[in-house]
Formats: sequence, structure tokens, C-alpha cells
Amino acid sequence: MPKSFSQLVARIRAFLNVSEIDGELDQELESHVVLLTDENIARGMAPDEARRAALLKLGGRESTKESHREVRGLPFLETLTQDLKYAFRTMKRDAAFVTFAILIIGLGIGASCTVFSVVNALLLRPLPFKDPAQLVWMKNHKQIDESDLSGQTTQADYVRDLRRLSKSYASIGGFMPFYGIGDTLLIGAGKPERLTLVGVTDNFFDVLGVSMMLGHNFEGQQPIGKNDKIILSYNYWKNSCAGDPNVIGKTMHFDGQLATIIGVLPKSFDFGNIFAPGTKVDVFNVFPLDDTTNRWGNTLAVLARLKPGVTIGSAQSETQILGAELTKDNPKRNDFDPFLLPLTQHVSGAVRPALILLACAVGLVMLIVCANLSNLLLARGATRQKEIAIRAALGATRMRLIRQMLTESIVLSMCGAVVGLFFAVLGTRGLAHLSGISIPLLGSVTVDMNALAFTALFAIATGLFFGMVPALHVPSNRLNDSLQESNRGSSAGKQHAWVRSVIVVSEIALACVLVVGAGLLIHSFLRVLDVNLGFRPEHVATLRVDPTSNYDTKNKVNAYFLQVLQRVQQIPGVTAAGITDALPYGSNRTWGVGVEGVQYDAHDYPEAYTAIVSPGYFKAMGIPVIAGRVFEENDPIPQPTKDPNAGPQHDAYGVINESLAKELFHGENPLGKRTAGGATIIGVVGDTRHLSLEKDGGNEQYYSMIQTGDWSSANLLIKSTLPESTLAAQLRTALAPIAPDLDVSSLRLLQSLVDKSVSPRRLVVMLLAGFAAFALILASLGIYAVISYSVSQRTQEIGIRMALGASAKIVRSDILKQTLKLAVIGIVIGVAASAAAAGALRSLLFGVDSADPATFLGMLVVLTVVALLAGYFPARRASRIDPMVALRAQ
Amino acid sequence: MAEPKADILQGTLDLMVLKTLESMGPLHGYGIARRIEQISAEALAVNQGTIYLCLIRLVQKKWISASWGTSENNRKAKFYAITKSGKKQLIAETENWERVAGVMGRVLQLASRR
Repeated sequence: MPKSFSQLVARIRAFLNVSEIDGELDQELESHVVLLTDENIARGMAPDEARRAALLKLGGRESTKESHREVRGLPFLETLTQDLKYAFRTMKRDAAFVTFAILIIGLGIGASCTVFSVVNALLLRPLPFKDPAQLVWMKNHKQIDESDLSGQTTQADYVRDLRRLSKSYASIGGFMPFYGIGDTLLIGAGKPERLTLVGVTDNFFDVLGVSMMLGHNFEGQQPIGKNDKIILSYNYWKNSCAGDPNVIGKTMHFDGQLATIIGVLPKSFDFGNIFAPGTKVDVFNVFPLDDTTNRWGNTLAVLARLKPGVTIGSAQSETQILGAELTKDNPKRNDFDPFLLPLTQHVSGAVRPALILLACAVGLVMLIVCANLSNLLLARGATRQKEIAIRAALGATRMRLIRQMLTESIVLSMCGAVVGLFFAVLGTRGLAHLSGISIPLLGSVTVDMNALAFTALFAIATGLFFGMVPALHVPSNRLNDSLQESNRGSSAGKQHAWVRSVIVVSEIALACVLVVGAGLLIHSFLRVLDVNLGFRPEHVATLRVDPTSNYDTKNKVNAYFLQVLQRVQQIPGVTAAGITDALPYGSNRTWGVGVEGVQYDAHDYPEAYTAIVSPGYFKAMGIPVIAGRVFEENDPIPQPTKDPNAGPQHDAYGVINESLAKELFHGENPLGKRTAGGATIIGVVGDTRHLSLEKDGGNEQYYSMIQTGDWSSANLLIKSTLPESTLAAQLRTALAPIAPDLDVSSLRLLQSLVDKSVSPRRLVVMLLAGFAAFALILASLGIYAVISYSVSQRTQEIGIRMALGASAKIVRSDILKQTLKLAVIGIVIGVAASAAAAGALRSLLFGVDSADPATFLGMLVVLTVVALLAGYFPARRASRIDPMVALRAQ
Repeated sequence: MAEPKADILQGTLDLMVLKTLESMGPLHGYGIARRIEQISAEALAVNQGTIYLCLIRLVQKKWISASWGTSENNRKAKFYAITKSGKKQLIAETENWERVAGVMGRVLQLASRR
């Protein structure tokens, strides 16, 4: 190796100017010979003799030149360029094989690079914040299910107290996760538009270390109703403000309030992408931490930045102690039992198992790709043996030949990688633009420098891997053997066939594992889709119909709601309509609920997911009424009370689900009983799976929108047979007199909410099924190649047998038996491997056992059919061998 | 592939060439080869082509420079001359060589005395 930089430069220069320096060396050596000849003549030799002696003394000129090149240049690169030139020459000769190989590698590497990019974006790359390792997510209650928002959020005063008392954090902030999509109505110039607004603490962006692209961050907080400063998301600014650089200071007219734009977030920060996968957030304002918001209960999703040098463990113990003390000192507050986890883990922890699964699956696919190519190269090696033997005869060492073969396979896989990168760019772009998939950070998936480096290394490794077996098959110096290997049945030829069978068996086994994995997940997915939701989303559309600010009294609002329902129900084709403040799979809240007069343990107070709904809601949703009745239009409106402990459900009617009825009343009739909050239970309805398709919805309680004002949003549900566009137009016309600012473009189908909730699983299933299909195709190609090779090797033998009276049928079944033998060995190994691998899948399965017999049986059938199909064509060819032709061929 | 033995030889040959050029002034490859043969009394009977491998290496290290000229008997030849950094290197190498030789000598003496 060259020691100094200038020497390296000299070597590179020499490498690049081979012919020039060679010429100069030639002259120099010639002058050496001349000088030596002169001297020899002077010593008295004859001129001819003198020159001959001089040449001898100098040594072999060619070998001197060869070593000279090695000393002065870059010998490694020189051999490499030679090998590359040779590789490209041989590849040109065999275009069909090369195209096929590059395509297979391309697909494999494309899939690998895509999966890597996803893993990179979701698990490897740090979050797009300053020092993301210092950021922690502070969840209230460790055990609470991630989908229960009320349970894991924190009351405002605790955050204020922590800021004052805790020594672990550089800053503490958070956001209010109980926003609804399209909560905010923008009434500006043009059509009214529903925006999604998230309230954040004034220091939220500082905690994350995100600085504004335009304008500045919030400065201090104003009480609710007076916080008129807003910050725009990059996408909203780009799309709805046309990327206006002078947008700062402009005002936006929201329903009931004017707001001033003070900042625009940078492109790198997409709130939805990180904290609310699958949704887009448009605007931010300050959620103040004051006595008002504190009274609202658990409202904040808290995150904090640790002081430098503070570990999450020590912060956890300090905060936990503080939390317990503060809870004890403030009996009127909700309890606070903080649990810290790294922000990264909160964001992408849930998708980690699925990603690891995909990475493993793609690894298996690559193994099959490699096996297939090894197989093809072996077959090709067989036809190239004479060429190799000749090169060996001309003095190439075995090492040199192996190196040549490996160079060829690396060139092949590099070409494949180029094709693969193309696929990967398409794949990642497709994934990043999938809208409405609730997987965090999916929007930031791209083929970046890491992915490029990964692909390059991966391609080299792939090339080495699949080239290894064929390269080691290069004969050592048994020249004769190789030249004679064209004789069928020689021992080397048999060994060759044996290696190829092993490769095919392993391909089948690997394909088994993938097919079983995909099968189990597909089966789970079908089970998920098949689950009884407890409501019927078919033909139900939903639209925000929140009353505007000019409906300013409870009576006016009630009249408005009843009008909306009445007008909508008059549209021909609409069979039911209702309003709710909690759509399934959206944000949710829980309220404590006890039976009047019953004492509960403070830590064990029953809670239920709460929805405020209008009359007609249960019919529109298709939720069955089990006992009693549900809300009606003429239910009495409760009188206001001065009792500070009365909840919003005071003197109202309540409807509970079966789970809650069971928990509160243990089988007694709940109808007519009163809750601790003062509501009378008038009905029991069926449970719904409103959190996710895969989880029970737990306790649920409903209160009437007519009786209580504590609803957070008004989502109209319309059950109808009308197509979406007609329905939207009809709704606009029907509601125009009472809601002129209605944004009907935000009409969504309830089914789309269900679909979004299963979207991560659907994506994983689709990718995995794709991998399994690819694996099956590759495995069948592998089987086909091996059987067809063996048929061509045995042409003579088959010819003799047919001449001796074997029928075409016997020959065919013979070949098929041979195929089946390979398949059976592969499947047996595959079943064992899949059984082991399926155990690791357990956490991703739903309603299916990891040893699901149907899946394993299905795999057995699929693989056997595929194997027989792959063996059938060579078998048919064998059965059509003309004995005479076959015998004459030799 | 080069063997370790050849590496030692390479180092010594470098030193010999540098020393030759320092004491004799600019010389062509043939002259250097002759000179080394004479001094080492054929102890290093290598084939003369090897000298050029050594020369290109030294040129690339910038310890010697090369230019075309004419020999005393009017033949065209490439002449090599030691450079400043070559001289420095020669001093360093000489010291190093003497130290090693001294140590080796003592070690060998010690070994033979036992």
C-alpha cells in the first residue's frame, strides 16, 4: 500500500497513463540493452552474441514490464478493470440470461431497499428534532392502553407544578390531543373550509427544538378565547396560502374569531406524520395552562426535554415521586402517575414488530433470489466449463478464475441494484404518498444516502453470496477432468447436480416459511375484517355540522340540531340520521361513572368512554338497543344547578353499553337507576369496537346532545343509499337555510374510518403477500431449472428406456416423482422452520393460532401444486423424447 | 505475491541506489546496476531489470528525479539524480541501518558465545 498521499497520486497517474509509461520504460530498457551490448562488444564479444548476453542479463522484458506496472500503479484496480471488461463481454454474449438475472436481482434489491428505507425512516433515523435522544414522552399511568386518550393525558396544573419543582427537565411542554379533524371552520374569502387546529403549550416548538421557517414562535399565553395568534403548518402554507412569503401578520377569519398568523413551520416538521399518523394538521394555537384549562381535567399530552446528563431512569424516579406527592396534596385534581418513555419509542414503538417482520421477510426473499441465481450460474458454469478449462490451460490460477467469476456475479448484482434502486424509488414514493395510513413517519420515507449506501453494500454482498458456490465449482488444476466433464455421468457432473438439488430444496424451504408467514397474516387480516364491530358502517357518511357562533344559547343550538336531523331525514334515500361528538377510531375521552350511593375505591373508580349523541344516533349507526330506550327529541332539558359537584350529566338521561351494565350492576336491571353524576339510565345498547377492530371497546356511556352542552364536536351521521357526490349536493341544499357555511367537501364515509384503522395491517399483509408470491415464483423457476437440467442430462438414458418399452406416461411420472421428492424434502424442512418462525409472529396475529392447521395445509397444497407445475413441463418434454434421436445424439 | 524476504531485499536495494546516486552523481539505470554489482562483488546477483522496479518506486516517492540525457559514449539514456528529500531519507536510512546492523551484530555474537 502506498504510504503517502503524493505517492498515491503518482500511482493513480501511472495507472491512468499505462501506455505512455510503458513506452518510456521500453525505451529505457532498450537503452540499457544498448549500453550493455556496447560494453560486451568492448570486452570482445561478437555483436550478435553481445546483444544476446545483454538481453539475458536484463531478464525477461515482459515480466519486468509486468512487475514494473505492479510496483508503480494500482495492481488491484488493473486486474479489476480486466475482469470487468471480460465480465461485460461475456454478459453481452448471454443477453437472455443476463436480463433475467438482473430483473430478479432488481426485484429483490428493490424490495430490500424499500423495506430498508422504511425501517430507516421509522426506526433508525433520529426524529427531526434537536437532540431527539433528550426528548421524553410523559404518559400518565403506565398501564393505560395507548388508545385511551383520557387515561394517559395530564391535568394542566401538574405541568405547571412540574416546571416549578422538577430538576430533571430543561423544558416541559405538550399539546392537547382532544382536537377533532376539521374542528375549526375557516370563513374567509371563497368557500368555507374546515381546518384541523391543535392547541399546544406556548413552549411546545421550543421543547422540540423546531424553529419557524417564517415568522416566530408563540410568546407567552393568553386565556382561552383571547389566544388569537396562530402558526401554520408547512403543507397548509404551501397549499392554501400558495407559499406566500409575506403571510406573516395576515389575519384568518375563523368562526367567531379573527387570528393573526405569526409563524410558519418548516417542511421538516410534520405534526401529523409524527404524533397523529394519517392525519394532516393545518394550524396551531396556544393551549394555555391556567385555572380554566385545569378545570377541564386531563387535557395534555406531555413531552419534555431532559437536562443534559440526566438519564431517563433518574428523571422517571424523580417525576414519579413528585407525581405521587402532588396527587396526595391536591385531592381535587385527577391523579398523576407519570411514566416516561423515549419519544422515539412512543412514536414508532408500535410498528417495530411489523417492521422487523418485513425486514426478515425481505431477507428470506433475498436468500431465495441468491439461491436462484447460484443455480442459474451453476447451470451456466456447466456450459462455460470448456472456456474456463482453456483459460486455466493458458496459465490462469484457480484464485484468478474464482476472482473472475466473483467479479462477474458482483457486476451482475450491481446492474440488478441499479434496476432495484429504480423500483425502490417508485416503491418509497408510493408508500410516502399513501394517504390515510396510520403509520407514523411514513410520509418521510425516501431513498436517502443511507439507503444508497445500504443498497451498494447489499448488492456487493449479494453478488459475493450467490457467486460463491458457482465460483468454488471452478475446477482446480484438473484440466483433464474439466475438459471431460461433458461426458454424462462422470462423478463431478453428479456432484454438480447434487449441489443444485440442495439449493432448490433450500429455496422451497424458504418459500414455505414466507408462504406460512403471509398465510397466517392474511388469515388474521380476514379475521379482523370479519370482526363484529357492534355498529354497521355500510352506507353511512359523516359530516361536521357544528353550529356556528350565532347559535349562542342552548335553546338555539338544540333547535338547530333538531332542524338538521329533520331536514336531512327528508332527503329521499336517507334512512336514518344522527349526530355524535365521538366518531369511532378518532379521538376519545373517558369519564368516571359510578352508581349513585355506591362507594368505590379511589383507584378503582369505574370509567367509560363517553359520547354525547343526538336522537337517531343509534339507528344511524346500527347499534342494537338491548333494553329500555334511547334518546328522543322531546326528552326534558335539565334545569341548571348550583351544585359544584354536579357533572354535565346532571338530571340527564344516560344510555350505557352491556359491558358497563355488567360492571356497574352485576346482572341487576340497570334501567331507572341513577349514576353518581346524576343521570338516569334509560337504556342499554350493544358494545362497539370503537378503539380498533382488534380490541374490545370496553365500557361505553352515552348522553343526550339535547340535554347536555358538553359535546366537543358535532358529526352528522347519514345512513343512505345515495352515492357520495349526490348526497353531498343534497345535504348542502337541505341545510343551506340553517348552515350556510357548511363545508360539504369534508363528507367522509364511515367505512373509510374503519379502513384507516386497519390500514397498517393491510399494508403489512399486502407487502408480505407480495414477497411470498415472488418467493413462490422464484422457487418454481428453481425447480423448473433443476428438473429440466436433469432431463437434458438424462436424454440418453430416457431414450434407452423408451426404446426398451417404457411408455411416455411412465417417463413423465418418473420425472414428476423426482420433482415431488425435492418438493417434499423442501416442505418438510420448511414446515419445521415455519413452525419455529411462526412462534415469533404471535404478537402480530389476530384470532389465528401460530400453528393454524388451515394455513399450514394451504401452504402444503400451494407448494405441491407449484412444484408439480414446475416439474410438469420438463416431464412432458422428457416423455416426448424420440428414442432414435436421443441415441444418435451421442 | 511478494514474500517477506523480498521486502528486506527491496529496502536494501533502495538504500544502495540512493547511496550510489549520492556518491556518484546522476547515473542511468544501467550505470547504477553496474555500480551495485561491482561493489557488492556480485553478492546480489539479481537480474538487472529489477533495478527499474526500484527506480520507479524511488521516483514516485520523490527521493530521486529522472530525466533523459546522453551517455558518455553518446547513447540516449534516462539519468537519475538524488533529490533533497532523497538525501534526507538516505541519512535517516543509514542511521537506521547502522543501528539495526549494530544490534543484530551484538545479538548474533551473544548467541554464538553461548
